[in-house]
Formats: sequence, structure tokens, C-alpha cells
Amino acid sequence: MNFSQAFKLAVKSLRTSKMRAFLTMLGIVIGVAAVIVIISLGHGMEGMMNQQFDKLGANLIQVRIYGAGDGSTRTVSPEDLYALAKKYPQYISGVSPYVISQTKVRFNGEDYQHTSIYGVSEILFNSDKGHTIDGESLREGRFLQYIDVSRHQNVCVVGTFLADQVLGGDALGKTLSIGGVPYTVIGVLNKSADSAEGSQDDQLYIPYSNAIRINAAAAADKAAAAGITGGTGGTYSVDGYLVTSTDRNTAAAAKGLIENRLFRTFQDTDAYFVVTASEMMDSMNAMVGTMMVVLVAIAAISLLVGGIGIMNIMLVSVTERTREIGIRKSLGAKRRDIRSQFIIEAGTTSAIGGLLGILLGILLASAAGMAIGGYMSAQMGGGTFNAVPTPAAIGVSFGVSVGIGILFGYLPANKAAKLNPIDALRYE
Amino acid sequence: MGHLIEFRDVYKIYQMGTEAVHALDGVSLAIDQGEFVAIVGQSGSGKSTAMNIIGCLDVPTSGSYHLEGIDVSTLDDDQQAVIRNKLLGFVFQQYNLIPKLNVLENVELPLLYAGLPAGERRQRAVQALERVSLADKIRNLPSQLSGGQQQRVSIARALAGHPSVILADEPTGALDSHTGREVLGFLQKLNAEGDTVVLITHDNSIAVRAKRIVRLQDGRVIYDGDASDPRAVVQPADSGAGADAGEVRI
Ligand SMILES: Nc1ncnc2c1ncn2[C@@H]1O[C@H](COP(=O)(O)OP(=O)(O)OP(=O)(O)O)[C@@H](O)[C@H]1O
Ligand SMILES: [Mg+2]
Repeated sequence: MNFSQAFKLAVKSLRTSKMRAFLTMLGIVIGVAAVIVIISLGHGMEGMMNQQFDKLGANLIQVRIYGAGDGSTRTVSPEDLYALAKKYPQYISGVSPYVISQTKVRFNGEDYQHTSIYGVSEILFNSDKGHTIDGESLREGRFLQYIDVSRHQNVCVVGTFLADQVLGGDALGKTLSIGGVPYTVIGVLNKSADSAEGSQDDQLYIPYSNAIRINAAAAADKAAAAGITGGTGGTYSVDGYLVTSTDRNTAAAAKGLIENRLFRTFQDTDAYFVVTASEMMDSMNAMVGTMMVVLVAIAAISLLVGGIGIMNIMLVSVTERTREIGIRKSLGAKRRDIRSQFIIEAGTTSAIGGLLGILLGILLASAAGMAIGGYMSAQMGGGTFNAVPTPAAIGVSFGVSVGIGILFGYLPANKAAKLNPIDALRYE
Repeated sequence: MGHLIEFRDVYKIYQMGTEAVHALDGVSLAIDQGEFVAIVGQSGSGKSTAMNIIGCLDVPTSGSYHLEGIDVSTLDDDQQAVIRNKLLGFVFQQYNLIPKLNVLENVELPLLYAGLPAGERRQRAVQALERVSLADKIRNLPSQLSGGQQQRVSIARALAGHPSVILADEPTGALDSHTGREVLGFLQKLNAEGDTVVLITHDNSIAVRAKRIVRLQDGRVIYDGDASDPRAVVQPADSGAGADAGEVRI
């Protein structure tokens, strides 16, 4: 008996009991659908991260300064790093300090708790390219300039949430209060997320020197409130730097230079952390990859359960069809004819289950993509979220489901093949 | 070359706990090409056991069985399957058609296992169905046919592979007497056309339609000869209830 006849027969016997066939393949359907959804979402996320990476530029290096941790006041000032950049212009093309300020924004008597306040220097904005080192561009007005930073000007550049929702549009020249001090809006960024509160559009830039002062004042208040007298609770300096290398190939060298410089001051590799964009990208990709492997492994349990379900039903089916097996044997079916008939039946069941699972998975993934795509885009600052499975994932899922049918169908099929013809014929 | 079918001192012994049931108790028998033999005997006399051995569905406990000169007991499972496929055609009391296959597909089955191409399978299956006058029902499912028609389909299936022997175990057992006669008529016709037929029955009125009768009792041949001989249809008086269980030896 050849494959196409066995296949037709398998389809026929599946069609005679559709409900049972469907329930049998349900485990496979769910397992495959889960795998497809996971892979699609992971794939979408990776794609989004890669877009982000391209947008930020592969030459971005982030430097975080934690301090020596021994109470010492040693630090690396912005001037130190500017000097480094000047010394190695073939590697380092830009340095901007940044300070994350913990204070609140206030406008018209209302507090905005979620606004991210960054203290940066004018270097953050690359006027040649028309956007900041980390990819933000201006909608209107201008960015901070050298004079703003060196003179501690109370000016800020705001995101669209603040500009449009809080200040009601036409934000240039309006003032809002940051840490109790009025700041004038000199520029508005382009929308990069969904303009909602707490999103990437709920942010503003002020000169880093101002941000250091705000943080120092806040700490002094806290210390006073806690009754600690004397001392200012440490020195306040920048939290880190955004550095650009001249291009993506010099990023590693630039990172080395920066690390050397930082080590010279701190004598402690735990005092700072330098990471290039491509390292970040790699570790993010690795994280998503690991997560996907774990999730797919969990989904694979469902495939295993599905396989056991198929085996179970095939065993029942062999028993029910004992007489049929006896008839076939009396007509000259060899062991392998019977075995291949049942294996093909199991394989067909799981293959159909696999196809349904792939379809269901694609549908669910695209639905999930539509539902969370906007949110993801907002969280990650732009980019499109495309939850489609890779052709390889589809191919492998289909192959695995057929394989499961064959694997778990083998035992029942072999049992059928070994039946003694008279016993099988006598079976009622 | 010898006979088509040859039993030499065949024993079939079933071990039931401590009891040994001799279903066949030293049977020697030879059947030649073109014969129409009825194997008769009371229930439990060993008819089906004999037929299973002839049909290569079972092997003797001792003694030898040659089919077309081949010693069947030396063959493995798959080789026996090939013998069944090429040399034997079965007609069972319960028809044994596969319910989800239509008439044509049922008749094609032995040809499928013989590995014939689709065109030839179909042609030969239709021919076989024509021989039992059912060529107009090839698309029907077995459940859409009467008992007599189903039995004719099973005869067509037995014929389709051009076997050396057609084995029929109580082929009329499930049919009313009229349909039974009709089915028997087909078997006679096949024999007249040259096929060898071995028919198993406990019914004398059917057995006499064969050319030769072999009577079994308690696993032994007690008569083997012409069907027209009056002794062929005489049931020995001493066969009582004990015969039903076959001969029991402890
Ligand atoms: N698988 C078996 N296990 C044990 N005993 C068996 C088996 N098959 C047959 N027998 C015994 O062998 C003897 C012969 O049985 P067989 O089926 O050949 O009888 P039969 O002549 O065909 O009877 P019937 O007319 O009722 O079909 C019986 O006593 C039966 O109980
Ligand atoms: Mg019987």
C-alpha cells in the first residue's frame, strides 16, 4: 500500500469522527499556536529593538557613574571627559553629561509626578544631524545652547505631553515650575511615543548644572527633615554621560578610553559602568532570546501532552478496529502495511492539528500585535511592532507536529501490526 | 508436484490450563486443483480450525501443511501474508467487509496489498464484481446492501486476486435459505469456471452441493469421499454433547 492511499484512508477515518479527531488534535493545535504566538511576539520585539538601535545610532555609548562608594568625593567632571574627547577626536565625537532629577514639575497649581527631568548639556543635540544623541528631534524652538548651560539659565526643552496637554499648545515662552523654580520653554521635541502622561513624551531637558543644584537642594531638604545636621549628604555630580564615538566601528575603542580615564580617578571598576549601544542591543536580544526559549519550552509541554493524546486515541482506535486489522491481514496486509496505515493516520491528525495551530497562532499573534503594538511602541519610544512568525518558525512547528504524530503513533501502530490475524478476526 | 492442499497428520492442540484441547487430532487430507470440497461436522468438530490452517491464518501444533508444495509452517508472518494475498480468497460467515469503504474499495483491498497499480486494481475489481452480478453497486457502502449482496461482495473480493483456493467458512450461515442457495450457486458457478472451492458448513443440505465431502468429528476425519455417497451425510449416532467441546484429554 503506498502513501497516498494510506493518506486518503487516514483522512477518511478522521472524517468519520470529526469531533473526536478535533479533540485529539486540540493539544497539538494549542501547543503549536502558543509556539507561533511566542515566536511572533518575540520576533516583533526584536524587530522593534533593532529599529530603536538604528534610530539611536550604533555609535552611542552610555556611561553611568556610581561613585567610589567609600564616601570619597573623587569624581570625574564633565570637563575631564571633554578633555578626553579633545585628546582623541578620532574616537570620541561628543560628550554630554546627564543628570536625572528627582523633583516634580508644577504648572497652574498641579503637580506632574511622572515627568522625567534630564539635566544635559548642549552637546546632547547634534545640530548637523538635527537630533539629539539619543534620537530626539525638535518640533519647534531650539535646543539648549552652551550659554544656557554655562550660565545656569532656567530654560527647558519639553516633550509633547507637557507642550500640548499641560501647557495647552503654543508652549514656547511659557513657564513651568521645576523644583520650585520657574523655567521658560525654549523648545518642543517631536512626538516619539503616544503623548501620554508618563510616556517618553512626558519629559524635559534642562541644563545639567541646574539639575545638579536641584538634586543637591532636594537632598539638603531631606537631610534637614531627617534631623541630620552638618554635611550636605555628599557631593552632587552628574549621574552619567552620553558619549558618541565617531562611528560604530570606533565605539569599542572609545569605550576603552573612557574606562581607562574613569579607572584612573576611581581605582575601582565598580564605580562606573560603560556600555556601547551594540552591547546593549546584544544583551537585549539575548534576553529576549532566552525568554523565548523558556516560553517555547513551556509551550512544548502542550505539544507533548498533545502527542500523548494522539497516542491514547490511536490505542483506542487500534482496539476498536481490531477486526478491520484482522480482515486486512487475511487479505494479505503485511505488518508494515498495517503499521504505516496507523502511523500515517496519527501523522495526518497531528499535521492537521499543526496547520490549524499555525493558523490560530498567526491570527492570535496579529491580534496581540495590534492590541499591544501601540503600547510597546510607546514604551520603547517609537518603532513599529510587527508580530509575524518567521517562515522558519512555521516550517519547524509543522515539522515538529508531524514528528510528534509519527513518534506517538508508532507504539499503537506497532501494536496493530503485531496482532495475530485469527485473534483479530474473532474480536467482537 | 503434489496436491494443491496437503495435510499430513496435522494436530492443533490448545492448552487450556491443565487441559489440552485437540481441535485437530491427526488429520491427513489432500485437495487438488479444481475440486469443490465441503468440510462438515458438528459444532466444535474442528472445521474452523482446519480452515484457519488452510488459510494460513494459523499453523499446526504438529504435522505439516503444504500449499502448492510450500511448507507453510516454515514461513514468517509477512511471508504468510503474501501467501494469503496471492493464493487464498476468504469468504466469511459475517462477510467481514470494511464498513467505511465502498464496495469497489473493499474488493480492491487484496489487489492494493498485492501492489497493483490503480488502473489495474479497478479493472480487476470491476470484473470480479461482474462475476457476482454486482457491477452496478460499486459505489455503495456495505451497509447499503442486503446480506446476500454483502456476501457476494465478499466473494468478489475473494476472487479479485485470482487465488488458487477460495475458502468459505459458513458463507450461508447468516443468510436466509433462499439467499443462501443463491450464494451457494455463485460458488458452484466459480467452481464450474475452474476455481478450487473449500466450503465449511454444518448443514448437510448445503454440503451435498459440493463434489466431495470431508466429515470431521472431534478433530478427526471420519468420512472423506464423494458427496453423492449416502454415507457422506450420515451423522454418527454416538456424537453427543461431549463432541461439542472437542476431545478433552487430561
Ligand atoms: N483459540 C482457541 N483456544 C482454545 N480452544 C479453541 C480455540 N479455538 C478453537 N478451540 C477449540 O477447538 C475446538 C474446535 O473448534 P472450531 O472452531 O474448529 O470448531 P468448529 O467445527 O468450527 O465449530 P462451529 O461449527 O461451532 O464453528 C473446539 O472445542 C474449540 O473450543
Ligand atoms: Mg467454526
